[in-house]
Amino acid sequence: MARKATVLIDKELCKGCELCVIACPLEGLVLSDDLNLKGYRIVRLDTDKCTGCVNCALVCPDSAISVFREPKAAKPEAT
Amino acid sequence: MERTFIEEDWMSKPDALVYDNHPETLIDRPLHYCPGCHHGVAHKEIMHVVEELGIQSEVIGVAPVGCSVFAYHYMNVDMQEAAHGRACAVATGIKRVRPDKTVFTYQGDGDLAAIGTAETLHAVNRGENILIIFINNAIYGMTGGQMAPTTLEGMQTSTTPYGRNIKDIGYPLKMTDLVAHLPGAYYVTRQSVHTPNAVRKFKKALKKAFEYLKDERGTCFVEIVSNCPSGWKMTPVESVSYIEEKMLPEFPVGDLKTPEK
Repeated sequence: MARKATVLIDKELCKGCELCVIACPLEGLVLSDDLNLKGYRIVRLDTDKCTGCVNCALVCPDSAISVFREPKAAKPEAT
Repeated sequence: MERTFIEEDWMSKPDALVYDNHPETLIDRPLHYCPGCHHGVAHKEIMHVVEELGIQSEVIGVAPVGCSVFAYHYMNVDMQEAAHGRACAVATGIKRVRPDKTVFTYQGDGDLAAIGTAETLHAVNRGENILIIFINNAIYGMTGGQMAPTTLEGMQTSTTPYGRNIKDIGYPLKMTDLVAHLPGAYYVTRQSVHTPNAVRKFKKALKKAFEYLKDERGTCFVEIVSNCPSGWKMTPVESVSYIEEKMLPEFPVGDLKTPEK
């Protein structure tokens, strides 16, 4: 299934504070077992249903998350 | 290793990026704050507002002493470091020398409410045309979690191990309520950043404050109710529920003073 939206998590900025995990309405973000260079466990996206609601990026204290959403096709002009 | 990110065709389109984590105004550099600290959210949203208003070249910020002493490492605007508590006094000077610039201070509660009370109250009383951003986490975070003037009743800190005793030490100081009564204050609000919707409201309030500054009719004051997971000895997730249960009843969010129409 093609994704409608997704998040890009900067691994080296993430500190695994889990504030995005509690902010996600779909519970789609999980703390993984991977470590970054600083030794923090990082968060990863674990769903195909991300809607790009930006909640996780808003509460991320380390600016690690950017959000992408598929642009809507331009509506044909009404005649 | 599992990938957190799958490339899609539409992602290269110009309007696919709906939230840029590092706008032009925020320097791409790892923050020195503890995991889960709301300073990062505040930095990020202030810089998003500056980006959205397109005033990057005309903003001058004043950094305080405290955890956010390195604010100038992250904010890609003109910044000035002030002595402990004197950010409002320094901002007054900057604004008077360069009246065409937008001047803001970014201060914590140890800086603004303890050592800088006099400077802050007098700057607001004079009605200086500056924006004061006050981040209140009810503790001295940088020096190891000592009691601050804003510490809640019964809250355990390293200098009040049995909880803050109102009889000995007095009540938490509500700077925002104090400032709202001064005639020099133009826009006074208290916001929090612990949930996504709170962040959205904070961003809206901050945008209003930057716009009210252009009226040149007084000081704008924005308080942010924040957390300190390390100082409170909690996980970031626990600190969010602590804000909701303990901090917000003591420091209710909302506008305390809005300009008269």
